[in-house]
Amino acid sequence: MSALAAVNLQVRLGWRTVLHGVTLALEPGRLTAVVGPNGAGKSTLVRALAGLVVPSGGEVTWRGSALRAMQAGARSRALAYLPQGGTVAWPLPVRDVVALGRIPHGERPGALSREGAAAVERAMAQVGLKGFEGRPVTELSGGERARTLLARALATEAPILLADEPVAALDPRHQLIVLDVLRQRARAGAIVAVVMHDLALAARFADAVLLLDRGAVAAMGPPAEVLTERRLRESFGIEARVTMADGDLVITARGPSSGPDFP
Amino acid sequence: MHRTLTAGLAALILGLCLASLTLGPAPISAATATRALVQDLGPASVIVREIRLPRTVLAVLIGWIFGLTGAALQGLLRNPLADTAVFGAPQAAALGAVLVLYFGLVGALSWALPAAAILGALASIALVVMVAGRETTIVVLVLSGLAVGSLAGAATSLAISLSPNPFAVTEIVFWLLGSLEDRSSVHVLLAAPFIVLASALLLLAAPGLRALALGEETAASLGVRVGRLRLMVVVAAAIGTGASVAVAGSIGFVGLVAPHLVRPLVAHDPARALVPAGLAGAALLLAADCAVRVIPSGAEVKIGVLTALLGVPFFLWIIARRKADLADIPA
Repeated sequence: MSALAAVNLQVRLGWRTVLHGVTLALEPGRLTAVVGPNGAGKSTLVRALAGLVVPSGGEVTWRGSALRAMQAGARSRALAYLPQGGTVAWPLPVRDVVALGRIPHGERPGALSREGAAAVERAMAQVGLKGFEGRPVTELSGGERARTLLARALATEAPILLADEPVAALDPRHQLIVLDVLRQRARAGAIVAVVMHDLALAARFADAVLLLDRGAVAAMGPPAEVLTERRLRESFGIEARVTMADGDLVITARGPSSGPDFP
Repeated sequence: MHRTLTAGLAALILGLCLASLTLGPAPISAATATRALVQDLGPASVIVREIRLPRTVLAVLIGWIFGLTGAALQGLLRNPLADTAVFGAPQAAALGAVLVLYFGLVGALSWALPAAAILGALASIALVVMVAGRETTIVVLVLSGLAVGSLAGAATSLAISLSPNPFAVTEIVFWLLGSLEDRSSVHVLLAAPFIVLASALLLLAAPGLRALALGEETAASLGVRVGRLRLMVVVAAAIGTGASVAVAGSIGFVGLVAPHLVRPLVAHDPARALVPAGLAGAALLLAADCAVRVIPSGAEVKIGVLTALLGVPFFLWIIARRKADLADIPA
């Protein structure tokens, strides 16, 4: 009952049905990687789970009650959402951007509670933004800005964290650092779902993998059960070899598949 | 920092108010002008209270609401080029006022005048937003604003020309270029309630504008009701602009310039920029209204001419400086 769950969730954007009846449950304490080919509906699923799009059918529930029925304030404290490739409109200092994550708690940059200030400092330290506090966010590199925006989402310290491609713009070192932070969040009891394209990283960090294909759940479960050679061929259209080495899942992509589905 | 800025701007406005009360054909010193406000000094009191005080108060009120509106619209659209003047709202407000006035529907001192101007401003902003669509770029927004503004300006000139009015040219000049000359306390009373209402709405929007720096979806996830916020700011912008234009004609570009002057001093926070931007707008318009009385010329230079002369180059400067990122920023 403590899960963030979707039951037969359907979403239409314009005339196109993007999600065809998705049913899933994200449990506290677990990092779930949401994977799937381009256009599978990953971002739409995360936005719907965050209550930001009105489903045309089905429902999202948390702790047994409908998410959309929650007050906006209560929902914003329960759930932190990080959109894909976000930008900041003004040259705000990094610390002020991160402090925006405290808005759900009735705080704001320059007027943080002791607890809020600690959360902001912690979030910046976790993603490696020490020394960046006063820098205008518009002058940062893409990866630094992505980490700033992730720190903003972390600073809310919400029990649910939904992040859409938080590591896409990062260098390998920071990808590892950020995914480790997200896994720690999950270990501390949060529900964490992360959209990502790097299957090797998903296999390495996620407790569960949700494979989305053409708006439906193709598979969900432990990485080794979901990321099989057959599913990689069927959903992603790639020929890959999946092996185990020292307990780690190793995925070696060898080339694109050819066939009726993948001309 | 924030308090010092607000206090500094307030002091500047006070100084400019005093200057505004002393400037004019009749030489009245600052000390006399201040005394004339509170004591009856005969002709000096009449001049200060009835002629110079209304235009001073109007300059403060209108400058304030223009600055505040500009800052709020820039925050809402996440864009430094947003302003009612850029969207053609002052011209459309003038058209609304002119239509009811010159077709004899109401007298010059009726509540229907600001009401019609507000409707005009609302229609122009709605039209621009409709033509540009929701997910649009600032270029499209500015172009549609330009078109709507030109159309409203032309329609205003036409309406005045068609009405049985011997002073058509003078009147066209007033409505299209704006002026605070010969305004009375009735004009202040006509505009003030609307300006107070618009200010309240815009200040209520402040926390939402801060969250909006991160984009609409993130703001929504932070608990901001974005649709309601957008409606609130647009309606307030129309109310403030309409009421101002109804008594002073269309005065542009104060709202564009004022936020830029204060933003670096409030760490670019869109919410904390609101009040200083309003104060800076008041100071700007007061200074402009003092300047038009000092510039040696036959008839008084129209204040809208001065604000456009200063505002348009500023507008171009922002475009030139931000050319690269303006190309693809959705508004």
